[in-house]
Amino acid sequence: MRIALASSMLACGIAAQVAAQSMNDVQSVAKERGLTTADLLAAAKTYVPSGQKDEYIIFSSGGHSGQVFVIGVPSMRLLRSIAVFTPEPWQGWGYGVGNEILAEGNVNGKANLWGDTHHPAISETKGDYDGEFLFVNDKINARVAVIDLRDFETKQIVKNPLTVSDHGGAFVTPNTEYVIEGGQYATPFGADYAPISEYREKFRGSVTMWKFDRIKGRIDKSQSFAMELPPYWQDLSDAGKLVSDGYMFLNSLNSEMATGGIENKQPPFEAGVSRNATDYLHIINWKKAEAVFKAGKVDKIKGFPVIRMQTAIDEGLIYLTPEPRSPHGVDVAPKGDFMVVSGKLDPHVTVYSFDKIKKAIANRTYSGSDEYGLPILDFDAVVEAQVEVGLGPLHTQFGPDGYAYTSLFLDSAVARWTLGGEYGKGTPEPDWTLVHKTPVHYNIGHLGAAEGDTVSPDGKYLVAFNKWSVDRFFPPGPLLPQNFQLLDISHQGADMPVIYDMPIGVGEPHYAQMIKADKLHPWTVYPEIGWDPATQTLDPMAPKPKMERVERTGDGVNVYSTLVRSHFTPEHVTVKQGDHVTWRLTNIERAVDATHGFAVPQYNINLSLEPGETATIEFVADVPGTFPFYCSEFCSALHLEMMGYLMVEPK
Amino acid sequence: MVMSRIIGPRVAPGELSRHGLRYGAPGFLFLLARVLILVSLFLPYWHMALVAPQYPDNLHLTAHVNALSGDVAEIDGLNHYIGMRSLHEAAQIERRVGVYVLILFVVLLEIAAWIHNRWAALLALPAVTFPGVFLLDLHLWMSHFGQNLDPHAPLSSSIDPFVPPILGTGVVGQFKTVATPGIGLMLSAAASLVIIVALFFHRRAYRPLVIAARSD
Repeated sequence: MRIALASSMLACGIAAQVAAQSMNDVQSVAKERGLTTADLLAAAKTYVPSGQKDEYIIFSSGGHSGQVFVIGVPSMRLLRSIAVFTPEPWQGWGYGVGNEILAEGNVNGKANLWGDTHHPAISETKGDYDGEFLFVNDKINARVAVIDLRDFETKQIVKNPLTVSDHGGAFVTPNTEYVIEGGQYATPFGADYAPISEYREKFRGSVTMWKFDRIKGRIDKSQSFAMELPPYWQDLSDAGKLVSDGYMFLNSLNSEMATGGIENKQPPFEAGVSRNATDYLHIINWKKAEAVFKAGKVDKIKGFPVIRMQTAIDEGLIYLTPEPRSPHGVDVAPKGDFMVVSGKLDPHVTVYSFDKIKKAIANRTYSGSDEYGLPILDFDAVVEAQVEVGLGPLHTQFGPDGYAYTSLFLDSAVARWTLGGEYGKGTPEPDWTLVHKTPVHYNIGHLGAAEGDTVSPDGKYLVAFNKWSVDRFFPPGPLLPQNFQLLDISHQGADMPVIYDMPIGVGEPHYAQMIKADKLHPWTVYPEIGWDPATQTLDPMAPKPKMERVERTGDGVNVYSTLVRSHFTPEHVTVKQGDHVTWRLTNIERAVDATHGFAVPQYNINLSLEPGETATIEFVADVPGTFPFYCSEFCSALHLEMMGYLMVEPK
Repeated sequence: MVMSRIIGPRVAPGELSRHGLRYGAPGFLFLLARVLILVSLFLPYWHMALVAPQYPDNLHLTAHVNALSGDVAEIDGLNHYIGMRSLHEAAQIERRVGVYVLILFVVLLEIAAWIHNRWAALLALPAVTFPGVFLLDLHLWMSHFGQNLDPHAPLSSSIDPFVPPILGTGVVGQFKTVATPGIGLMLSAAASLVIIVALFFHRRAYRPLVIAARSD
């Protein structure tokens, strides 16, 4: 009762205070700071007061930071970076937690402690984001990571045994049956050596279908397979959906099979790769390919099942069709009926009709075949429309109402244009026409609309992932941040202003996906005390209160520790030089945000243990001495006192 | 003979049918009180909210007759700083036997309804006093815990022994404590009132019979 009274008095107080402010105050601040009405409107659209939460969440790749960023929309506040391929001490990633998962990404036994994350993919059910898992590729070493969206932590890294680099991943099929990983730069499979003069014979492209086991939350390598492709530098991919479910589409940029060699007076790659007017869009029936794989019509290469090109031709799994040269995106429209391809060097977007593709396949409307015997569908038989949108079109996303949005790298703009067909009546403008271009700052790469690549796009917000920021922010030295610009796309026609600029000073994002926040159900504490996030189960060996101990076994020492505000138990841990130490630690807190760290000097150890989490670290106590360990996360008023001594007795 | 002295005079069948309300009212009210008490067993008796800035949803403690629930682990964790013992160490016997004791009180009430002399009041007394005893017990445990802090605790020197009020608001450290009765306790208190009213009608109905029996 008293609380209710007190809070209603407080509410009255705030109301009175707010009433004392007026639009005059707003105007005087605007005048003082030089803000226009448009600026004030943008601020009103994006400002999220303290305590209120964002409507959408962006999962953005971190580029060569090797991480994934989680950002709120419309506030454009960075909520978290998720360590994936790169060690990251705040999360303890690689410094005591996640070491085994990072090691899954070792290549030939060698650690590769960074990644180049490009394309995150949220898991889908019936072609719509379900918010359960996130996949992201690593272009430099052709790896795919699985992130569990219950705790936003990386659970698995798979290294592709065939391709060295990847760019056509991660994309998921409509029910996340498979995670698609298209290779990029052609090499002999498994990075074997071959002279570049044998490029056409020995170098190959590939696309790998990683089977996802949703119950286990892991990619099942034993049910996964790959397809051999010509060495055309396959680029981005996308899975068909609804009417085109069962198919997938890949771009390629080096159908010339140029091999570079500027130092030998050969055309450099940038010229050689762009010589032909067209490259090849790859159209693959993955459901049929799955059946061919299950029928055993595969070769084992590097221990991995691969459908050979000749098998793919014989079984009718793959078709090519010309596409404007050096394309970047191939994006499937919400109903699955159109595939939109942007050739970087052509001012048009080219729209293919899946209906026409099916007819052309059925009628064998080929214009020929490539030198590997892959049938090429006649371009005119499969194209639906070409829309001139501007210079340097790269990627396309979709709105709910029949608009498509394409990023224009050279124009530094986002183009809004109308789809035709069944989408046509959603927009007041004629079908297949450019509606408006909003300048962005600068050199936009990908773009991401709210759920803009699903079967039911939300519209409302679109983010331009700009590569350069040039003059937009205070320059923090010569390495400038990227610029994520938020556009309001909730109105039709030419009304789609930029309403926020967010500098990204922690990586170089490529693609990002935007999901409605209420589709995500993350834990705020782990379900039970003693939870091992690496397995997402209760660890029976996890230390529990009153069971803390230091026990010696032969030449090893097992330590069982608990952490709670504001002490470790035990606080004295004495071992002998040369001991193999296995140290298990459990954060026994149940309060939200009561995270503890465990940092050991000179031993390169730092854990982040969230409430309930348990972790195990192993090291050889090779350096004798006295090492004060402590909690590295400011946890409580007596945080500085949360420490202990590791004493390593000299031999 | 002894039995009839204990259970008091019986009502003649004719009298009972003529004055059904007079003799039925106390029995009905005893029944109502029994139902209230039995229902209260399933409902919280007491609630405390601990209000502090870093807990936007507050910390909560809820006491049933047989259980203490809510953010017990977190509150224990905070209390260790000031050297307070774990809340689960408090009132262990009371929580273990509370339900059986209340059922016993209900049985006593049942018997009381059949006894037509002053012994009925004695049998009803435990149920009448139960809400008060509950609060008194709670208070005694709170003062015991609040005033016997471990002198070696991290913050023992920065807090004086305290007794948070068992109803109403108090202050402990950065926490405001807000204690409120639960629905169970309210039902139990209502049962006490009902019993007192029942005893009034009981006396009005049966006292004349007792006096008459004595003068025989």
